[in-house]
Amino acid sequence: MLHIVGGNVYDPANGVNGEVRDIYVSGGKICDGECALGVGAGVGAGTGQRAEAIDARGMVVMAGGVDLHSHIAGPKINVGRTLCPGDHRMDPVPRSGSMRGGVGHIVPSTFVIGRRYAEMGYTTVMEAAGPPMEARHVHEELDDIPMLDTGMLLLMGNNHFVLSLIDAGDRERLADYVVFLLGSTGGYGIKAVNPGGGVNWRRRGNVGGLDDEIDGHQITPRHIIDALIDVNEELRLPHPLHLHCNNLGQPTSAQTTLETMRLADGRPLHITHLQFNAYGPKKGAPFASGAQALADYVNTHPNISVDVGQVVFGPAVTMTGDAPFQHSMLKLTRDRWTNKEIEMETQSGVVPIAYSKNTYAGATQWLIGLELFLLLEDPWRAYLTTDSPNGGPFTAYPWVIRLLMDRSYREEVAKTVNKKALEASCLLELTREYTLREIAIITRAGPAARLGLRNKGHLGAGADADIAVYDPCSDREAMFSRPRYVIKGGQVVVRDGQAIQECFGRRLLPDLPARDDVASWLAPQFAQLYTISFDNYRIDRERFEPCEVVPCR
Amino acid sequence: MAAYEGVVCSFCGSLCDDITVQVENNAIVSMTGGCAIGRNRFMSPPEANVPLVRGCETSLQEAVDAAARILSSARYPLVYGLSSTTTEAQAAAVRLAETLGASIDSTSSVCHGPGTVARQMLGIPTCTLGEVRNRADVVLFWGCNPVEAHPRHFSRYSVQARGWKTPDGRRNRTVIAVDVRKTLTAKTADIFLQVEPNSDFEVLTALRALTNGASLEGDTFGGVPRSQLAQAAEALRGAKYGVILFGMGLTMSSGCQHNVYQALMLARDLNDYTAFAVIPMRGHGNVAGAEAVMTWLTGYPFAVNFSRGYPRYSPGEFSAVDLLARGEADAALVVASDPAATFPAVAAARLRQIPMVVVDPQFSTTAQVAQVYIPSATAGIAAGGTAYRMDGVPLPLRRLVDSEYPSDQRILNLIEQGVRECFTS
Ligand code: SF4
Ligand SMILES: [Zn+2]
Repeated sequence: MLHIVGGNVYDPANGVNGEVRDIYVSGGKICDGECALGVGAGVGAGTGQRAEAIDARGMVVMAGGVDLHSHIAGPKINVGRTLCPGDHRMDPVPRSGSMRGGVGHIVPSTFVIGRRYAEMGYTTVMEAAGPPMEARHVHEELDDIPMLDTGMLLLMGNNHFVLSLIDAGDRERLADYVVFLLGSTGGYGIKAVNPGGGVNWRRRGNVGGLDDEIDGHQITPRHIIDALIDVNEELRLPHPLHLHCNNLGQPTSAQTTLETMRLADGRPLHITHLQFNAYGPKKGAPFASGAQALADYVNTHPNISVDVGQVVFGPAVTMTGDAPFQHSMLKLTRDRWTNKEIEMETQSGVVPIAYSKNTYAGATQWLIGLELFLLLEDPWRAYLTTDSPNGGPFTAYPWVIRLLMDRSYREEVAKTVNKKALEASCLLELTREYTLREIAIITRAGPAARLGLRNKGHLGAGADADIAVYDPCSDREAMFSRPRYVIKGGQVVVRDGQAIQECFGRRLLPDLPARDDVASWLAPQFAQLYTISFDNYRIDRERFEPCEVVPCR
Repeated sequence: MAAYEGVVCSFCGSLCDDITVQVENNAIVSMTGGCAIGRNRFMSPPEANVPLVRGCETSLQEAVDAAARILSSARYPLVYGLSSTTTEAQAAAVRLAETLGASIDSTSSVCHGPGTVARQMLGIPTCTLGEVRNRADVVLFWGCNPVEAHPRHFSRYSVQARGWKTPDGRRNRTVIAVDVRKTLTAKTADIFLQVEPNSDFEVLTALRALTNGASLEGDTFGGVPRSQLAQAAEALRGAKYGVILFGMGLTMSSGCQHNVYQALMLARDLNDYTAFAVIPMRGHGNVAGAEAVMTWLTGYPFAVNFSRGYPRYSPGEFSAVDLLARGEADAALVVASDPAATFPAVAAARLRQIPMVVVDPQFSTTAQVAQVYIPSATAGIAAGGTAYRMDGVPLPLRRLVDSEYPSDQRILNLIEQGVRECFTS
């Protein structure tokens, strides 16, 4: 029993906008006052316990934060960790009490990931890109991340069977196969990264747009995206197709992304880290901002949602299934580069970089992210991410929040970046300042709703008791980096910005519809094409316990 | 009688998962698939060992208590081994090391550690073994001898294996071998470069130069005639999908990480022309898992020290051989490995001097000189869990028979509990 008394509650999903409300928690869930009093009296009578009261008067109360795109677990981030021993050394995290230590900074160790997310008030995070064949690895790491409920988006955009079934026009089997993949590897939703580009990468090629040829197939990226949206909607999965567009990072990316959104044609689609896709051509410069056109399109098409992928100045580690793009990054950095191809299904690249405010490119990327945030009108469809650690670590979220909420601070920082970049940007004309309500939307209510997590992102009766309580402070960075209390599943896990105890969350899995079993046609092909047995590819369901099964739409 | 199909063999880094095992009366009675190494391990279970404290038979609990006392009273404990057990047990070992403020190291530091250091400096273009089977038309083995160390590697993955774009198996591939002697692997190669001992770096550098079209003065490089190198360079550049597989001949010869660095640079250069991958030929069944687990829990792949309460990494400082050779470690916990038999003499001698706890299904040479020996259930036979193939693909290990002793994971958790009690009492 927990009773959070007298806080200013920001719960936009339930229309509460800073009003003083009490929040009651019982059995790890939020309940209404009467239920709480009833249960509380009973419990108190039986055990001598009384509801623990948290005096939140004058404080800001929000649901726990929800991140729908962050690279937190699995082979790719572990490669990132391997590449950055010097970086870890700068941010050691000692164990304290029963809490495990580790290393932090750009690519933290698992226990530190959970701790640092919780210490910002976040309680749910979706791993952005799991390869099916190495999904066991993703789950092993997720199991070692405390404080958070977690799930995994599953890479499908260059999968041999997905492409072959689209070639064959067999939507039924495609849906069967998608359900098989999600179910047997513990995936939450469909992720596609540079669809088709990974296939051509096997000969060190790529695709340059939606209508390019894909080696060994009769289809183009357009067909893959179209089919995956269809299947996703037919299955009514909780989250729409989660797409990393073709041509990411290129001066053609904004154009390609516009075409991609058009092809969705009213069907739900999530475009991830839009900033990295919002580049247009510019004479004498690597690229220019394409934010306005993209924001205009998103503003008028409610089927589209995006996360921004804001860039943060300083070191970062780029990691993505977009292996051809990563090879082009190597050509820029000439530093460390890892590339991996996973048989029949996907590929990835990892390249450490640094974003400098003094360069045109770095400053422009930073400016484009902010332009998008300020131009995108509906916060319910535009979420805060840094594509961590691609644009910078998730621990920079409070700084980004300050940039969004505080115009004079934003302009102060903007005036320190590369002049040429700033002159080309519309940022200084954008006067918008995010409100606390809007921050609550882009960091919890919005992503939770878009992920289909009905028990997250809000504080209504029946919601999970994942709650963050902040001291209001005009320095919004200070405010959001040091919550007074964070409550996870009804337990206080953070006090005064410090984790005080570890707890372990649940794996988020979709409630998959029943479909035809794929084994009869898939197993023989699988035996030909894969080097592990079909049965070992599947992960036992109990491996995902404790889990929460999320209903489909 | 029960039959298990798709069983994973975890007795080398190939992790073949096509084994069928028959079990009767809690014993494996027959097995199909698998090479001689795997067969030997599956078909001859360890003797019925018992927990020992200073050579005397005792109960599991007594042995665990003794282990906890030894480790908790040490000033500088070392946790070592890990590569022949499950990732679950490896994670338990890291946790124990963290609780103890110990150094923890895996067999990586005496096999592929230098390769890992090179990967930290440079990264690696790599792929899963299925890509090798399905696509690789040029395969280069450098300082490794899979015919003897990974007996089914050729047929399942890299040489005779028939795959998607390699329907004719061996005939679709050019095989190059580089070694200091004509190994069984080298005998099967189309091109064999015999290098003088400890000149791998020189040969790699010359090969890189030729691959990039540079002109070189000199007739031989590290004992290899220029004409042979040129032939190899042409084969590499002509690959549609090339793979370099390297072993301890590269990581443990003079130059160590610099050798691997040069091999990685060679592959990086080749990726400007064609697809090229590198895969370390890991020996122990789950040594790749040991590196993965340590990396996600501590940020570092091996040679980690917790004495300050947070992980620090320093190969040469916190690696087991060095800690022992300098006489720093004053107690050791050895899990699923046999350092007393394999370490250099000075390090092995120190190991025999200090109080040592061994957790292992086998009563190994190391176990025989330990103060405390705790037998455990063999991973992949009597204990389940996860193991990572040399290419990072995780596979499930199953419990096929019951053992009277718990898994490594369970024993390590019990020791950790004991250590916590010692610290608080
Ligand atoms: S090659 Fe290795 S994994 Fe395969 S059966 Fe032999 S010992 Fe086992
Ligand atoms: Zn991402």
